[in-house]
Amino acid sequence: MAGQTDIELIKNGIRMDGRKPDELREVKIVAGVLDNADGSCYLEWGNNKVYAGVFGPMECHPRHKQKADRAIVQARYTMAPFSVNDRKRPGLDRRSSEISYIVSQAFEKVVMVEEFPKASIRVDMQVVEAHAGTRCAAMTAASVALADAGIPMRDMIPACASGKVNDVVVLDLNKEEDNYGQADLPLAIIPSTGEVVLLQLDGHLTPEEFELALELATSGCMDLYKKMRIALENSYGGKA
Amino acid sequence: MSNDSVSNLMKGHMESLAKEGKRADGRGINEYREVKIETGMINTAEGSAMVHLGKTKVLCGIKMLIGTPYGDSPRSGTMMTTTELAPLADQSFDPGPPREKSIELSRVVDRGIRESRMIDFESLCIEEGEKVWTVFIDLHILDNNGNLFDCCTLAAAAALSNTMIPNVQHGVSDKDVKLAVTCWPISCTFGKLGDSVILDPTSEEESVMTARFTVAHDENGNLRAAQKGMNGAFGNDEIKEAVKTARASDNVLREALKGIQG
Repeated sequence: MAGQTDIELIKNGIRMDGRKPDELREVKIVAGVLDNADGSCYLEWGNNKVYAGVFGPMECHPRHKQKADRAIVQARYTMAPFSVNDRKRPGLDRRSSEISYIVSQAFEKVVMVEEFPKASIRVDMQVVEAHAGTRCAAMTAASVALADAGIPMRDMIPACASGKVNDVVVLDLNKEEDNYGQADLPLAIIPSTGEVVLLQLDGHLTPEEFELALELATSGCMDLYKKMRIALENSYGGKA
Repeated sequence: MSNDSVSNLMKGHMESLAKEGKRADGRGINEYREVKIETGMINTAEGSAMVHLGKTKVLCGIKMLIGTPYGDSPRSGTMMTTTELAPLADQSFDPGPPREKSIELSRVVDRGIRESRMIDFESLCIEEGEKVWTVFIDLHILDNNGNLFDCCTLAAAAALSNTMIPNVQHGVSDKDVKLAVTCWPISCTFGKLGDSVILDPTSEEESVMTARFTVAHDENGNLRAAQKGMNGAFGNDEIKEAVKTARASDNVLREALKGIQG
């Protein structure tokens, strides 16, 4: 978050990419795209491109991570070296580790982990092209992949960010808005209960703006949720 | 599902099929699976390609950055190949730093591309001894159904063939130009199944075969790189025969590559 900037990110209520403040970028979701994974999903969100694959429930390795009374979710978020303009060194860095960790915990809330003691559910998210909002894109894809794998869940969790640019609260920041905007608030919710399972914030918001941003991100999640359901229905060749 | 434990029964079945020149999936022993190549899907990469070889899927992205040349070749650009065996591709791929398996794969693909001189490294010199282009070939395995070696080499070749040198972004000149590609290396991989040698093994076949042999040819039919892998062995004649078969069978892959050259 660079804070105040001379760049006009929003003009007469229209953003640089032509969207209104409360508009999502275009989202395309396809379930069941990989053969080996028990469940998988390919998701395009604006120019973001993400694959998610799920294996499990299976025996948990390393064994010291096993829980006697429930399964654990081992989520892993990685970015391909070619997914950004300057080549990213392959492998897990501190950012990817943190995202992997909070996403694992978010999914442990909705996956019925108590049904599978000592097991592990492996969720792998691969970002192959990144243009801001990849953690939300990856998490949304992972939710669909988990459902596609037939893992018992209380609900799927859509994730979507809101933020602030040129003092306006907006939904789903694009690359420029992420770089030069004033705040970024990724949010993931359980649509059936409205509970928040992931929330991060960096930047500067007044208490009123925060409430507005929270509301906006929630409505973004609900929009996304519909698209996720349609993707799943389509993968079974029709209406669920 | 995991192929870790294909039963001995299945092993015997696949071996006896191979003896009659047949495969579990209906192919002949020297037949490739269906190949499909798509290119240019990654906008952040200088070049990209997705190759489907049967159910094996590999995504390759090319990045080019400015680096310093090696002291012994001050006028040559450099190249680096990495493979990511993403855990979503196969239950047996562990998350974590690259293991031997991934390193061997990267190096075999690297040699096929490098030794064929597919890229003219001298053309990648910006300032002798100071600045040269470094080509990063990053291979992302999305679905592993066997024969990653050929699929990765093909993906790398396809991605390189639609790579634009990012001159503008790095202030080298005011125009991006296409990376010149001088030839087309193709790798063919064989597996030893019982007493038979099969082309383009699937994961299932890989789990019961005892040895692997990869050979890369250029389009003139000359050998450019080879590698024998796994703990079994090939006879001298089997190697010669495999090299001959590779020359005769790689057209399928060549045709697919030609299809993407605009």
